[in-house]
Amino acid sequence: MRASILHKNERCQPGSQNIEAVVIGCSAGGLDALRVVLGGLPIGFPATVIIVAHTAPGGDNLLPSLLAKTCRLPVSEAQERESALSGQVYVAPPDYHLLIETNRTFALSVDERVCFVRPSIDVLFQSAADAYGERLFGLILTGANCDGAQGLKSIKEAGGVTLVQDPVGAYADTMPKAAIATGAVDKVLQLNDLAGEILSRI
Amino acid sequence: MEESKIQDIEISLFLDALLQRHGYDFGNYAKASIKRRVLGLASAQCQSVAELIPRLLHEEDYLAEVISQLSVPVSAMFRDPPVFKTLRETVLPLLKTYPRINVWQAGCATGEEVFSLVIMLEEEGLLERTQIYATDINDIVLHKAEDGIFPMRNLAEYERNYKSAGGKAMFSDYYIANDEFFRIHEHLRQKIVFAHHNLVSDGVFCEVQLILCRNVLIYFNDELQKRVLNLFHKSLVRNGFLCLGTRESLRAVEAQHIFTVHNQECMIFHNQGILS
Repeated sequence: MRASILHKNERCQPGSQNIEAVVIGCSAGGLDALRVVLGGLPIGFPATVIIVAHTAPGGDNLLPSLLAKTCRLPVSEAQERESALSGQVYVAPPDYHLLIETNRTFALSVDERVCFVRPSIDVLFQSAADAYGERLFGLILTGANCDGAQGLKSIKEAGGVTLVQDPVGAYADTMPKAAIATGAVDKVLQLNDLAGEILSRI
Repeated sequence: MEESKIQDIEISLFLDALLQRHGYDFGNYAKASIKRRVLGLASAQCQSVAELIPRLLHEEDYLAEVISQLSVPVSAMFRDPPVFKTLRETVLPLLKTYPRINVWQAGCATGEEVFSLVIMLEEEGLLERTQIYATDINDIVLHKAEDGIFPMRNLAEYERNYKSAGGKAMFSDYYIANDEFFRIHEHLRQKIVFAHHNLVSDGVFCEVQLILCRNVLIYFNDELQKRVLNLFHKSLVRNGFLCLGTRESLRAVEAQHIFTVHNQECMIFHNQGILS
């Protein structure tokens, strides 16, 4: 399946495709990890960044303002029906699943929790795999939960590029380990090397 | 062809069968979520979505199960406590000026929010003169809601929500419980008419002062969202209230020019008298 797509589009290696979006999932220890990765992205970064971080439901969503302090790109909470723009960082609102439609607008849902959480990384990643196909980076960071593994697999199956933070050195290794166990991961890297890897492939 | 594209074809055929055979139109639902739900329905029962189609066409009883899976049964009592607090403090006092009050919750699922509303109306002394309609397309959840029975495991969360929503008594005043379940008192349950209503295809059925429709429109595309907002507009009295989910898109609502903001944080709107 994958070979035929590559042949048709005359593309030779994963990552050489024109990347349109980077989806990132994290849980325990995610804030610090996100700061490192986002801190490495320059102004004018030519893709959309969409994040699901497991946070407590209810109350205000502090994550966008916390991330904005160390990120050169504008960070905001993804709004329903809003268009996902290049060079912007979007964060899922608490207690809603975040999905991306094929027309590159955001959708929210209050469907049941997936892997005991809402927002779920799997839900975002699977919809993003559908929407962006091979023009997508999936990245799993630290976390104490198995969410994201199935989603990363979907991204790989759709021809996208899959990266995982090295579980050795991660604040919590369950999530990266679960992702690696799917066998659908292109590269496992230390936290500090992830932004560079993304930039080198865009 | 990619698996995902094949799935898209299957889902489109499945939804077409649902429309042609049973008259339920999910064509204007937001695509990503409906895809997830149809795939969820299939993965629980068979290898592919296509296998669901014969059942949908030939098994009369299968429809209720499908509708149940495709609509949203997730809610909580006093979900988003600040919203209920705002309704209590700024909307109910205005409802007091009406001799008879009608309230509609559209998309009531298993009833958690409508019972929350009933409890508030009771505490504000309005319940006696209020008629509440709670509607959904999912008959299975409607029956559950009518029973008013909820699992004890959620009780602690509901009690916290009740308190932060400005509850004036004890949440335990409103139910009887055993080890596993609690049931809302009968005199509260009796105030609600639970009825089947499809926002996609059904029309105005009453004139109301308040509509609660939270986290339902997020599942609809722009066209269907517009239809439903127009339906709400026609169902509400002039200056009646519409309460949507806190993360629903404000822009689309404002674009209608038929609602003005009462409280933006809580997504509560005034109905304008002008017919569009």
